[in-house]
Amino acid sequence: MAIWNSFRTCILSVMLLACGPFLSGASEPPSAAAIAPPAAAAPPDDGQWTMPAKNYASTRFSDLTEINEGNVKNLQVAFTFSTGVNKGQEAAPLVVGNIMYIVTPFPNIVYALDLSRPGAPMKWKYEPNPEPAAQGVACCDVVNRGAAFADGRIFFNTLDGHTIALDANTGKPIWNTHIGNINIGETITMAPLVVKGKVLVGNSGGEMGVRGWVKALDAEDGHVVWTAYGTGPDKDVLIGPDFKPHYDMDKGKDLGVTTWPPEAWKIGGGNMWGWISYDPDLNLIFHGTGNPGPWNPDLRPGDNKWTSGIFARDPDTGAAKWFYQWSPHDLHDYDGINEQILLDMTWQGKPRKVLVRPERNGYLYILDRTTGEVLSATAYGPVNSSKGVDLKTGRLIANPDKRTGTGKVVRDICPTASGLKDWQPSAFSPKTGLLYIPHNNLCMDEEGVEVNYIAGTPYVGMNVRMIPGPGGNRGAFTAWDVAAAKPAWVLKENFPVWSGTVVTAGDVVFYGTMEGWFKAVSARTGDLLWQFKTSSGIIGQPITYRGPDGHQYVAILSGVGGWAGAIVSGDLDPRDATAALGFVNAMKDLKNATTAGGTLYVFRLP
Amino acid sequence: MRQALAMLLPLTLVLVACQREERDTRPQSALGSGEQPTPVTALEPGGQRPSASDNKAASFEANAFHLSEGKRLFGWFNCSGCHANGGGGMGPALMDEKWLYGSSIESIHATIRDGRPNGMPSFRQKIPDDQIWELAAFVRALSGNAPSSAAPQRNDDMMVHPSENRLPDAATLGKSP
Repeated sequence: MAIWNSFRTCILSVMLLACGPFLSGASEPPSAAAIAPPAAAAPPDDGQWTMPAKNYASTRFSDLTEINEGNVKNLQVAFTFSTGVNKGQEAAPLVVGNIMYIVTPFPNIVYALDLSRPGAPMKWKYEPNPEPAAQGVACCDVVNRGAAFADGRIFFNTLDGHTIALDANTGKPIWNTHIGNINIGETITMAPLVVKGKVLVGNSGGEMGVRGWVKALDAEDGHVVWTAYGTGPDKDVLIGPDFKPHYDMDKGKDLGVTTWPPEAWKIGGGNMWGWISYDPDLNLIFHGTGNPGPWNPDLRPGDNKWTSGIFARDPDTGAAKWFYQWSPHDLHDYDGINEQILLDMTWQGKPRKVLVRPERNGYLYILDRTTGEVLSATAYGPVNSSKGVDLKTGRLIANPDKRTGTGKVVRDICPTASGLKDWQPSAFSPKTGLLYIPHNNLCMDEEGVEVNYIAGTPYVGMNVRMIPGPGGNRGAFTAWDVAAAKPAWVLKENFPVWSGTVVTAGDVVFYGTMEGWFKAVSARTGDLLWQFKTSSGIIGQPITYRGPDGHQYVAILSGVGGWAGAIVSGDLDPRDATAALGFVNAMKDLKNATTAGGTLYVFRLP
Repeated sequence: MRQALAMLLPLTLVLVACQREERDTRPQSALGSGEQPTPVTALEPGGQRPSASDNKAASFEANAFHLSEGKRLFGWFNCSGCHANGGGGMGPALMDEKWLYGSSIESIHATIRDGRPNGMPSFRQKIPDDQIWELAAFVRALSGNAPSSAAPQRNDDMMVHPSENRLPDAATLGKSP
């Protein structure tokens, strides 16, 4: 039965591989509209945008309807603002009351703009002056993915490992806690999430042999309440009597030690630099863990717990409730840190509390978020590095033909190290039942090479060169029918879609391209309704809010960079196929399409 | 006697003509030499001073053995982790014509030894000085600044760009001579 199941999964993924990327145009209406986030995690929209994911369920859905399918074509620029930093702008602006907050890439300046006055003048700015040397240990441009607001304070992270709380009204620092050490390669790029008076933060450094962690800081004074590591003994991972993983492969004592060669877990990665969701009803937070280090898998035989997986934890104590590993013994840098959208839906006739995750390894997972059981895992683009997920054991079925190792060049592995989708967050509309996924369509050649661990320097051991995926379009924007587990429509983009997205009750979806187009498409059909060419490529997260004048606005930061845009923001040389861990080879022409920038654009109807 | 001398003369000539590259295969491992200050700017008020060349520079710069050692060490010390195989990544590209802190082998040596403020770590006391010179010589080869007779000829790994002895001088790349 298990074999039949996996065979079926395999057939399904092969079929998707063949037809997935080519489906496009309008199709039948979504099969179930009764999919919605839990009310406690997605309260009614108040027109503000207080955290990058919009709400704890991470839907990035806005109830605002003033801008809709019919009138979005009239959008025009309301105001712009230069961040003064020409590096990759991955952050989501926040809007609280009459103030918009933006945080820049390194040097991580925070600006507060007064929306109640013409032209949104600067109300205050805060310069944390991070250590410039931190730029040398940031793997993929010096990005920052945004701030978070709670209880009159703005919380954000700096590249050199500080978490800072500012008075949202005055910009005065309230506390500043140093939690990352650049001399072992630690940086912080993620946006914090504030849950029950705790600021949740994790470290980056999976390419530097950094041991991953997520910390909870007291929002009041910034002291560290708990730390949960991504590798190591159970006591460090905060695995205790409450830990009940669904699958046998995740059960056992100190797996974070025993699934590694001796001591390798100490430099094994499993970093938490992505997205966290929170279910108030279950009192659980959900966060992924990054890739194991080094990339060369020959140096770390074993399942490499707890890397490339997802934890459910009690936010009060950090205690792990369950864990599921997307990519045991990861072979291709498939970090497991993407966003998880919390939804309640009917699954095979029964109501289930689920978590939807478009994962880097190419599968769109639906997990029961109370237990960590995988309900389905369906490829949402071209995948040949694995042959599906065995739903009996929960295990990813790796394709032996694409196994990497020292001294061996393996060609045409799909997806790439950057995944079918990287950090760029998707959005879910309860109106259409569709999940809007900005993603990549790339493949790669890999060769494992010897590597030495030198603290504070890279620990990768892999030569990579990426190439465009099947069809030649390097990016795609896929509307995924969650109930039917298949794409409703797919938009092809020349470059990877490295921006986030937002969907509204006006049935409009916004996203940006690396050429610099900011696009509005129909949430139902994918038809292009409006587009505006910004000054640089877009890799940021769009938001929409109700301004002090009562009208709806849409905001996006333009400024190319990130891993995909490092060729421009870091001025890399495309003659080396392995530049930027191989990404440059797929982006050779980006320098001809855009230049570095850093500008906020805000749009409204006339 | 005269006959013997006549035979010895051509032999001497042959031996003299065969100038072999010196290969100091056991470079001194002492740390911390090469302390000559190296300016990182061409702007010197009142006019440029004659640049002080380190006497080690010449012996490393055009030497095939040291260049190939530099290539090996470039991987071993994780230089390739940040600078890839010259195209850059976390760190800047090294195969282009742009130099943030000077293009001379002395400047590159100082950059590796002392670090630079925007992310280049300092490897002083971590890498033996002669190996830093080997690395600096190889870094110059990445932008075509090494004699093609001495630069490394092939990669042991995936061919990610033409071998160093075939890389054009980046400073003249794309420009007619």
